[in-house]
Amino acid sequence: MVSNLVISAQNLDLTFQTNDGPVHALKDVSLKIGKGEFVSFIGPSGCGKTTFLRCIAGLEQPTGGQISVNGMTPEEARKARAYGYVFQAAGLYPWRTIGGNIKLPLEIMGFSKAEQAARVARVMELVDLSGFEKKFPWQLSGGMQQRASIARALAFDADILLMDEPFGALDEIVRDHLNEQLLALWARTGKTIGFVTHSIPEAVYLSTKIVVMSPRPGRITDVIESTLPKERPLDIRESKEFIEIAHRVRDGLRAGHQDDV
Amino acid sequence: MIYVVFAVLLWVSGWMLNVRLANGPHAQSRSIQLLVPAIFGLTILLIWELIVRGLSVPLVILPPPSMIAGRFAGSLPILWQDFVQTFVKGALSGYVIGCAAAFILAIVVDRFDFLRRGLLPVGNFMAALPIVGTAPILVMWFGFDWQSKAAVVVVMVFFPVLVNTVAGLRDTSDMQRDLMRTYGASYSQTLMKLRLPAAMPFIFNGLKIATTLALVGAIVAEFFGSPTRGMGFRISTSVGQLALDMVWAEIVVAALAGSFFYGAIALFERGVTFWHPSQRK
Amino acid sequence: MFKRSALPVLTVLGVILALWYAACVPMNSAWTAQQLARSGATMTVTETVGAAWSQDRPRLPAPHQVAVELWDTVVMKKITSKRSLVYHGWITLSATLLGFAIGTSLGILLAVGIVHSRAMDMSVMPWAIVSQTIPIIAIAPMIIVVLYSIGVQGMIPKAIISAYLSFFPVVVGMAKGLRSPDAMQLDLLRTYYASDAQGFWKLRLPASMPYLFASLKIAVAASLVGAIVGELPTGAVRGLGARLLAGSYYGQTVQIWSALFAAAILAACLVAIIGLIEKVALRRMGMRQ
Repeated sequence: MVSNLVISAQNLDLTFQTNDGPVHALKDVSLKIGKGEFVSFIGPSGCGKTTFLRCIAGLEQPTGGQISVNGMTPEEARKARAYGYVFQAAGLYPWRTIGGNIKLPLEIMGFSKAEQAARVARVMELVDLSGFEKKFPWQLSGGMQQRASIARALAFDADILLMDEPFGALDEIVRDHLNEQLLALWARTGKTIGFVTHSIPEAVYLSTKIVVMSPRPGRITDVIESTLPKERPLDIRESKEFIEIAHRVRDGLRAGHQDDV
Repeated sequence: MIYVVFAVLLWVSGWMLNVRLANGPHAQSRSIQLLVPAIFGLTILLIWELIVRGLSVPLVILPPPSMIAGRFAGSLPILWQDFVQTFVKGALSGYVIGCAAAFILAIVVDRFDFLRRGLLPVGNFMAALPIVGTAPILVMWFGFDWQSKAAVVVVMVFFPVLVNTVAGLRDTSDMQRDLMRTYGASYSQTLMKLRLPAAMPFIFNGLKIATTLALVGAIVAEFFGSPTRGMGFRISTSVGQLALDMVWAEIVVAALAGSFFYGAIALFERGVTFWHPSQRK
Repeated sequence: MFKRSALPVLTVLGVILALWYAACVPMNSAWTAQQLARSGATMTVTETVGAAWSQDRPRLPAPHQVAVELWDTVVMKKITSKRSLVYHGWITLSATLLGFAIGTSLGILLAVGIVHSRAMDMSVMPWAIVSQTIPIIAIAPMIIVVLYSIGVQGMIPKAIISAYLSFFPVVVGMAKGLRSPDAMQLDLLRTYYASDAQGFWKLRLPASMPYLFASLKIAVAASLVGAIVGELPTGAVRGLGARLLAGSYYGQTVQIWSALFAAAILAACLVAIIGLIEKVALRRMGMRQ
């Protein structure tokens, strides 16, 4: 299992100094994520889930502890283009077409023009956006823009996909649809996925492992290994197993809220 | 006297027509949007003509539009010569040099945060000053001809373009810059692919402001000394001779030059920033 | 915020000052070289530099020369003396302030009219916007001379030019501000069955304050420029513009530079005063920037 370890965090600490005193965004966080896992991070605001994701991505520097990605430091992993990142907002450039937007990382990383065209076609097919290459972002709906953003993160074949509440701004039906597509994508590509969410059903539906976090200080309250099968139609959300896991997540969240209302 | 009465009637009827058009069913259409101000402008011109003739206003105070039009048509060679001297040689060359210099400095300033924090307050301060006052100094250094006028224009357009470009380069959101970091993009890659395109609306805002400043700078600089050519020169000497119809003819030239210059930049802007919400109604 | 920018700003100003002193040497030394050639004497490097910084009519006055002249004409002269920059500054300032007051009041009134009458909006607003691309300042000499010929001279013609220059930025800015409340806010007032006038005083006018102050700053700077330019055509003898003109006629470069600095300081003070009023007004309205 050790050689299969993709992300490994040990006693991670991240403390901000603010005018009102130190803020412990992360305290003593330890976690191991293996290859091909789909890990959700769930918790209330301020629990550190986004901060932890950013630490993996090397966008934040921890003040204590260790974290390694693919056996390297996050900084080196970033230079080696080990992961794709999907933000809450699609963040597409309005002055580029969808195809142009997906090419953005490919241009930066130095892929040839022919390679770029091939990859764009491939990932657009993966997220079911074929035919929209020449359109501009404002001509697409929110859900389609977010799909384009995911395609952009897949274009350069990183093993790891880090997603920070990517479907938060979309309505329920679109969200369900995108959840299904994401699972299908995961099955096809076998990537390791880190996924931050606010929604309990989404976390339980998508993941093989659910990490429940709570704030002040930001810490892990519970790590749940999901017993659900890999093949998951949407109506699995009504099954007994699903509801049990969801209950466990809810209990974990409640425990973390003890010091609040 | 009858002219005056006629003028009043014209004003009232013109206004009523505009009220009808503005509140009518087709008020949103492009043709009405152009027609109403056109009617307004035309009414003003006609009233001007009628009042000047009706009240026998002396020509040294206010010549009628018909006379100005006549003078304009009759002096085209002189007007063209003045236009080339002031606009093409003075304003345009100064504009290009000033905007290019400001653009380059803005990129340098963007790279070095210390420089930005020091230069931006100074730049904001300079942009508000009566730069026109540097004209006599620049005439002393660069001589009477168009070079000193171009120099005045360079100084006038430099700071607004600098301030706007720097603001535009900083306008990218944290999220966009984080995305670039996840790609391991270098500074110049981030500059060319993200920050410069995103800065274009700001840059063009500065460039549009600069078109007016360029023309103003070139004309006013000529008030401080000029060879026997140029719009500012012609205006001040015609004023001295009380040939006010010539002054107005030059003003018409200045107005046309100013509007076309601004319009050209605005057209260029529409092409480059087609994606910006303000450009896609 | 001030502490963060204090050091960089001072550094930049220091560098500019140093470059200025350095530039004086090549700019002024041509004249020194001429004098030396005539008398056949030679100068050491330090002497040349010293000479470059203390000429009577230098091509580029050194900073301390300008500072001394400023001190001389502002502090050391009586305010009523014809040589005092305070006197000249006041001449220009009075025209500026009068023109600014007229221009902004008319501008605000027109903006209110534009926002409430569609006919006025569609007929006048395009011209107001177009007029910003026209160098109105070219009209200045004509206005001065025309009014002179009907016996109006002195402060009034300059004030008219200042008013003209401050008018349009205020119209455009104020109209934008009066129109800034969003659809949701306007709908709320409709549910209260508020009249247009009530909507104006309770919503539109307060919402337009930031926009108004932004255009007031532009307008006051434009007014000052208008007053200065207004002093040029008839060869006025009083005012900062007149000092600039006189300096350029008689080759008194230090006089030109000190008049320019006085104008710059005046402009900065005027904008700063409006900024201060803005801060106080917006704070009282709870709209801290």
